Amino acid sequence: MQLIHCPWCGPREEVEFHYGGQAGVAYPERPAELSDQDWAEYVFYRDNPKGTFAERWSHSAGCRRWFDAVRDTHTYRFLSTTKPRPKEVRV
Amino acid sequence: MSRVHGYGRVDRGRTLSFTFDGREYTGHPGDTLASALLANGVHLVGASVKLGRPHGISAAWTEDATALVQVERPFPEPMLQATTVELVDGLVARGVNGQGRLADTPDPARYDRKHTHTDTLVIGAGPAGLLAALSAARAGEDVVLLDDRPTAGGSLTGTEVIDGRPALEFVDDVVAELARLGVRHLQRTTAFGQYDDGFVLALERRTDHLGFDAPAQRSRQRVHRIRALKVVVATGAQERPIVFEDNDRPGIMLAASARDYLHRYGVLAGREIVVFTADDAAYAAAVDLAGAGARVTVLDVRENPPLDWKSRANDVGVTVQPSTMVTGTEGEERVRAVLARTTDGGVRLPADLLLVSGGWNPVVHLFSHVRGALAYDPSLGSFRPSGSLPGVTVIGAANGTLDLAGVLREGGGPDTPAAGPEPARTPAAVVWRTDGDPERQFVDLQRDATVADLGRAVGAGLRSVEHVKRYTTIGTAHDQGKTSGVLASGITAELLDVGIEDLGTTTFRPPYTPVAFAALAGRGRGELFDPVRTTPLHDWHAEAGAVFEDVGQWKRPRYYPRPGEDMDAAVLRECAATRSSVGMLDGSTLGKIDVQGPDAGVLLDRLYTNMMSTLKVGRVRYGVLCGNDGMVLDDGTVLRIDEDRYLLTTTTGGAATVLDWMEEWLQTEWPELRVHLTSVTEQWSVFPVVGPRSREVIGEVFAELDVSNDAFPFMSWRDTTLDGVPVRIARISFSGELAYEVNVNSWYALALWERLLAAGRRFGITPYGTETMHVLRAEKGYPIIGQDTDGTVTPQDLGMNWVVSKKKEDFVGKRSFARPENNNPQRKQFVSLLPTDGRTKLPEGSQIVELYEDGKLPEPPVPMLGHVTSSYHSAELARPFALALVKNGRARIGELVHVPVAGVLVPAVIGETVLVDPEGARRDG
Ligand SMILES: [Zn+2]
Repeated sequence: MQLIHCPWCGPREEVEFHYGGQAGVAYPERPAELSDQDWAEYVFYRDNPKGTFAERWSHSAGCRRWFDAVRDTHTYRFLSTTKPRPKEVRV
Repeated sequence: MSRVHGYGRVDRGRTLSFTFDGREYTGHPGDTLASALLANGVHLVGASVKLGRPHGISAAWTEDATALVQVERPFPEPMLQATTVELVDGLVARGVNGQGRLADTPDPARYDRKHTHTDTLVIGAGPAGLLAALSAARAGEDVVLLDDRPTAGGSLTGTEVIDGRPALEFVDDVVAELARLGVRHLQRTTAFGQYDDGFVLALERRTDHLGFDAPAQRSRQRVHRIRALKVVVATGAQERPIVFEDNDRPGIMLAASARDYLHRYGVLAGREIVVFTADDAAYAAAVDLAGAGARVTVLDVRENPPLDWKSRANDVGVTVQPSTMVTGTEGEERVRAVLARTTDGGVRLPADLLLVSGGWNPVVHLFSHVRGALAYDPSLGSFRPSGSLPGVTVIGAANGTLDLAGVLREGGGPDTPAAGPEPARTPAAVVWRTDGDPERQFVDLQRDATVADLGRAVGAGLRSVEHVKRYTTIGTAHDQGKTSGVLASGITAELLDVGIEDLGTTTFRPPYTPVAFAALAGRGRGELFDPVRTTPLHDWHAEAGAVFEDVGQWKRPRYYPRPGEDMDAAVLRECAATRSSVGMLDGSTLGKIDVQGPDAGVLLDRLYTNMMSTLKVGRVRYGVLCGNDGMVLDDGTVLRIDEDRYLLTTTTGGAATVLDWMEEWLQTEWPELRVHLTSVTEQWSVFPVVGPRSREVIGEVFAELDVSNDAFPFMSWRDTTLDGVPVRIARISFSGELAYEVNVNSWYALALWERLLAAGRRFGITPYGTETMHVLRAEKGYPIIGQDTDGTVTPQDLGMNWVVSKKKEDFVGKRSFARPENNNPQRKQFVSLLPTDGRTKLPEGSQIVELYEDGKLPEPPVPMLGHVTSSYHSAELARPFALALVKNGRARIGELVHVPVAGVLVPAVIGETVLVDPEGARRDG
């Protein structure tokens, strides 16, 4: 069982975490303007690389915060975990 | 008796009685069941699983592949290894012929687990591990030392010398110093799995060796969950057999195991011994056993046996025969003679014990568990660690180092003690098998898997050793290939005519030795298996005779039967009482989320399908949440508590999902929104008071509250107090009736519940359960998310277009509603089904089919039109009814379909979902 480094709590047991899929799939700015295919790709299509992969994880049985991770899907090793970057405030 | 005086570490001062296969025997403290049986001359233990061949004891510890026993007392346990069962007074066991038997009574023993963090974890208290633990502890590290046998010392037998003293005295001194240094040292503790980042699971056997004297309060076995910065694997090596014809008979044993029986237990396993070896180590066994009184002949595969060992052997009367191969054995229940081939031809040697040594397999299992790479070492004839892993070190025989001086050096570092003089090692000959009938050459003795089976696997085209393993089952029994794995690789490589270094070995996986499920469960058995959540009224419900239903982890009253009532009768009564007068439900399990912050309305507008930011303070709105795919996720009401505060309700089962889902959007997509989400499910108890007389009940209990329609309209909420306790009441209806949901701090739940009951007594107020709640809501066509929906249903499918905002530019799921598939008229839509016979309650989950015009069923596969999602008897309608998802259902309202029920097609008419009070007149009382 891996130790995963929660950016808020530090290293904790893998069982406390929940995998949240690929990171960096932003909600489209104007979904209504997307084609059916583009929308389907946002909703259903995800990368599945062998190697480094940007993922989202949640420390679900701990602080319940989400964070980004870079992981090697071949070795399972976490290469980094980081707090989500704050975005610009929408106006 | 085969017990030899002057040998062994068992306590001869005490005698233990035990029963095996119905016969009484004696042994001593310190014995295993296997050593005690051998001491009594018992070699036959059981029969092999597949072929029923007689099996005996073939090793002295966990590598034994043949001596499986069923223990009956102290407590029934199947399929244990006799070599690892410590003898206790009163033990009752028998040999296993086929399979063991599970106890038919619950195990009274306790099991538990313990979490440990440490700097260095050393696995194995043999010479290498002891010294590794000692040097780490001396360096000031926090150290844990585990070892699977009852005492430390590993393979040291007592004949070796370390620092000029008998090795076991040296061991005692090290153990004492480890204790002084605060090392957590556990014997009888098997590390059975290594995982990422220094995580090791180990099983400690805490009371098995105490037998009937085991204190009841002490856990029998304990799983240690250890996290270490550094793991030192010092697990030693296991002797490898050589395969020959009839190599599975009782009386055939690994050479070092026989030596272990002599030195550890004082048992001479045979009198007339033949040692068949390709390795030097067997000579130590030959010499020691001869010294204890046996007649010993060594048959060495090698043309040039080690000179030093040969002369030591000759000194104690052991003859050594070079260039000799064992080709078979005679005997039925025990070896009687050994057949061998020398350069001069065949010989037959009478023997009651045949010892075998083909060399040593480093115990690399724990290293392999964490994907440590293994490489074939031709000088060992086995696989050993190649390269290293961060944080994991393998030392001693586990690393392929077999001479004691080398082992001490790898464990001790700069503090290495001096080993006594050892004969120089002569390279082992690598021999997997000798000539003979491959159908009777057993590779995996537990599986009765032979060289012929390997031949069949290769003949079937299998080329990977992992595939060969699965085809032949070699290495899949409870010893997990400890003796058979490398042999299977070696013989398969020969059959394929490839190098074993290219073929490789199978991957070891946890557990290293069998672990009882009870130990893994620990305290998580029975009531402690899964938490039970109860509302503050639970005891009241139980006293009222409620039948409970599990909803998630919650216990909810399903109905309250009166004497003589079954569920149907009770539910019909509760429904009728509620619709005609007043009923009350404990709705406290309803999920509740407090949403606070200046951007709360913005967040809710982005998540709900309808508009929430326009809701006025004091008002309530029903809302639906959809996923990005446009499918309904959950539903519930939203109360606007203040300008910057909302209270959401969710379904009982959906509470955690919805909160997590909202947090995910908030944290990952819109972290700029100033909103906090808090679960308040347990803080608020909720009692819907439902029915035409509910207004009178509420008005009486809350005198300060104006309960008239004008002052307190539908879908609004009011705060009031009762005896100074704040109470929030919402006019929400999940039944179509006039209804008030009373919310109170859970501390006051019971008092308020009883006040409401007292006020309603004159109307015959009736507590009702979840079943009645479901009927009342179904009569009104209100879907239950998760029962009437399954993640493939949109709000539009449910006939709830009205809850989907046309004004909002976007919300989660909106874009999906425009996808072509979402507008397919053949989507399943929510409708009611009325069986035309007026009597049949259609089972939930039933399929709905359509007949041809001639009344015949279509040919199979019969197209499925949909399925029944909810089905009940209705007191109001005086008939059963159902809700269903039916393809293009709303356009088919009025049509006849059929539902197969117990082999009969029941006709039913598709209808609108709202079956009771379609105009909604009852809502305002
Ligand atoms: Zn955390």
